[in-house]
Amino acid sequence: MSISRRRFLGWMGAAGMGVTLGRSARAAGPKTFPGYPESVGVLFDSTLCIGCRRCEAACNKVNHLPPPERPFDDLTVLEEPRRTRWDSYMVINKYYPNGRENPPAYGRMGCNHCKEPACASACFVRAFAKEPTGAVTYDETVCVGCRYCMIACPFEIPTYEYHKVLAPRISKCTLCQPRLLKGLLPGCVEACPTEALTFGKREDLIRSAHQRFRMHPGRYMEHIYGEHEMGGTNWLYLSGVPFAEIGKREDLGTRAAPEFTAGALAAVPLVVGLWPVLLTGIYAISRRKEKMADEERTAAVADAVAKTQAASDEKLSAAMEKAKKEKESAVEGAVKKALEEAEKARKAEMAEAEKTETPEAGAGEKAGKDSEEGA
Amino acid sequence: MSSEHATAHKPVMSPFTIVAGIVLILGALVTVLRFTGGLAATTNLSDYNPWGLWIGFDLLVGVALAAGGFVTSAAVYIFGMKRYHSAVRPAILTGFLGYALVVFALHYDVGQPWRLPYPFIVQSGTTSLLFEVGACVALYLTVLFIEFTPAPLEWLGFKRVRNLVVKLTMLLTILGVILSTLHQSSLGALFLIAPSKLHPLWYSGYLPVFFFVSAIIAGLSMVIFEGGLAHKYFHDKMDETHLREKEDVAFGFAKAAAWVLAGYFSIKVIGVAVDNNWSYLATGYGAWFLVELLGFVALPCFLYAVAVRDHNMSLVKYTAGWTVLGIVVNRLNVSLVAFNWHLPSSERYFPHWMEIVISLFIVTIGVLVFRFIVTRMPIMHEHPDYHGEH
Repeated sequence: MSISRRRFLGWMGAAGMGVTLGRSARAAGPKTFPGYPESVGVLFDSTLCIGCRRCEAACNKVNHLPPPERPFDDLTVLEEPRRTRWDSYMVINKYYPNGRENPPAYGRMGCNHCKEPACASACFVRAFAKEPTGAVTYDETVCVGCRYCMIACPFEIPTYEYHKVLAPRISKCTLCQPRLLKGLLPGCVEACPTEALTFGKREDLIRSAHQRFRMHPGRYMEHIYGEHEMGGTNWLYLSGVPFAEIGKREDLGTRAAPEFTAGALAAVPLVVGLWPVLLTGIYAISRRKEKMADEERTAAVADAVAKTQAASDEKLSAAMEKAKKEKESAVEGAVKKALEEAEKARKAEMAEAEKTETPEAGAGEKAGKDSEEGA
Repeated sequence: MSSEHATAHKPVMSPFTIVAGIVLILGALVTVLRFTGGLAATTNLSDYNPWGLWIGFDLLVGVALAAGGFVTSAAVYIFGMKRYHSAVRPAILTGFLGYALVVFALHYDVGQPWRLPYPFIVQSGTTSLLFEVGACVALYLTVLFIEFTPAPLEWLGFKRVRNLVVKLTMLLTILGVILSTLHQSSLGALFLIAPSKLHPLWYSGYLPVFFFVSAIIAGLSMVIFEGGLAHKYFHDKMDETHLREKEDVAFGFAKAAAWVLAGYFSIKVIGVAVDNNWSYLATGYGAWFLVELLGFVALPCFLYAVAVRDHNMSLVKYTAGWTVLGIVVNRLNVSLVAFNWHLPSSERYFPHWMEIVISLFIVTIGVLVFRFIVTRMPIMHEHPDYHGEH
């Protein structure tokens, strides 16, 4: 048995497909994504933060954001809770977890640069990218402005330039990706006077956090916020008070955002594959039922016609018989009548004849008499 | 003939004309404001509330209520229920207009509407459920347009093209059902990515199924609801077949809706049970959830069943209206009321009056275009040249 060139190529193609399928299945399978190796991040240590807002000022400067309404050295701003806005990529908020008479704690709100970002998963033009550095970046040249990323983000970070008419953009922290590529520190880290912000490889930051736990027993809640939250983030947080008290949600869970939609997305090709078969099948069944009903109707009609035919034949022959009989009887009757009439006529004739005979006899007698008389 | 007479005797300014006129003028003004002043000038959207009425009502409700097209054509062409044939064209027309208006409304909502084709021509984010919604809506709008064309083609007298399109009916119907299954469910699946923002009673892994099944209910009810209105206002446009089948359609669809509502009720309860969310029922949100579940699902299910049993036409019509309202309530609950429930009330969203104006503006355009088409094209009657053909 020889192998044709065509068949050989077919096998090779199938083998190639198998290889690529195997690969993509590994990448897209239900495995955890450990994050880009060597990716960097920032560790925010709330216990070291003094709420000086220098990080905010630096962020504003390096990102060329518009000047704030109230200057960055105005610390009364901290008394009001704030969130990220189109003109501020990050904010420091002041909390009083132990009452106003005790020292405050500070929390940072800004992009956490998820390992598997919800925004990137949700964007239908792939405007967001998880860079190998660890930064989650945004490409304003393709953004349509649907704001689904803002719906998707569990940390409520992306903001929108609602006031702009022509080209409103999403704005959020870039982890200073342009500076990272130049070998510079993120603006906020560089400006921090207390080392509340530490820049480094994510893995090193986690090690450093554990070291702090060991070195300062009782100082920290022994949890690194962001190590596992929403699948893990490149920004990590340490706190001396429960994280909920410095503005961090503790009910987000550890599943990465894309996992929530994976099932629904996986169902799409199944529907595309199965629905045509199912629907055509239903169509075929309804057609067949219709056809069978039609056939049954035709058969029933034919049957009915045949029956009617037979019945009418019978009726006809009966009628014919009857007609024949009637005819016969009519003939008979007519004959009888004719005979009767003939009889009657004969009788009448005979009677007539008798009548005429009597006078003849008289005449005869008379003639006899006459002849007798003549004799 | 008789319609010309009827319009000739009507006063020029009927209440409908006046209201529609006001809405159109206001809508035009707000449109100008939206595209010269931006979203901030016309909406109450914020960084916490990126989606408002234009998504919650115009997109989610609009698409659900336009489901009559695929439901009716599937019933007639795929399931072979030919006695409902006269309902197909009005349903397809409503579906087509509904989707066209959804796409129109999106131009108001997105920041850079001229980039709406970008996901298909520049780069695609295929991991996004919104991509799937966009792709299916775009394709289905095309399918609905083709399905709708026989009416204008008959009206214009293009016989050959019309006959060609009619030959595609089966293919288009199957395509329509596939695309509808996908995007109706995906609209629900949009919210799967935000379990931390949507109230647990509304958040469920079954969201896509809930949205798809309730879309079928919406489609069935809209056909009845609209049929009732059309019967009142476009009676003279209906031919004998349409008038004769009308009741049959209403009762048949009501019966189907009662069954589907019963199924929907069951899976909603299963949704609560699967995530063990019973305890939330005792809260304020729970009460509102029960209003939706009992008042807008269980009640119409029961009313439809009673109406069909008693052959009560007016109850069928009122129930259809109530069910449609229930769909509106459900979609707004998922997208606005139960969304961001964790935020303090100061950060919650309530639509700006201009957002409401635009939503009304779009609905009004839909009604006017519908009226324009049914008074001219063979929608509720057969074109005499194609009598008894389909």
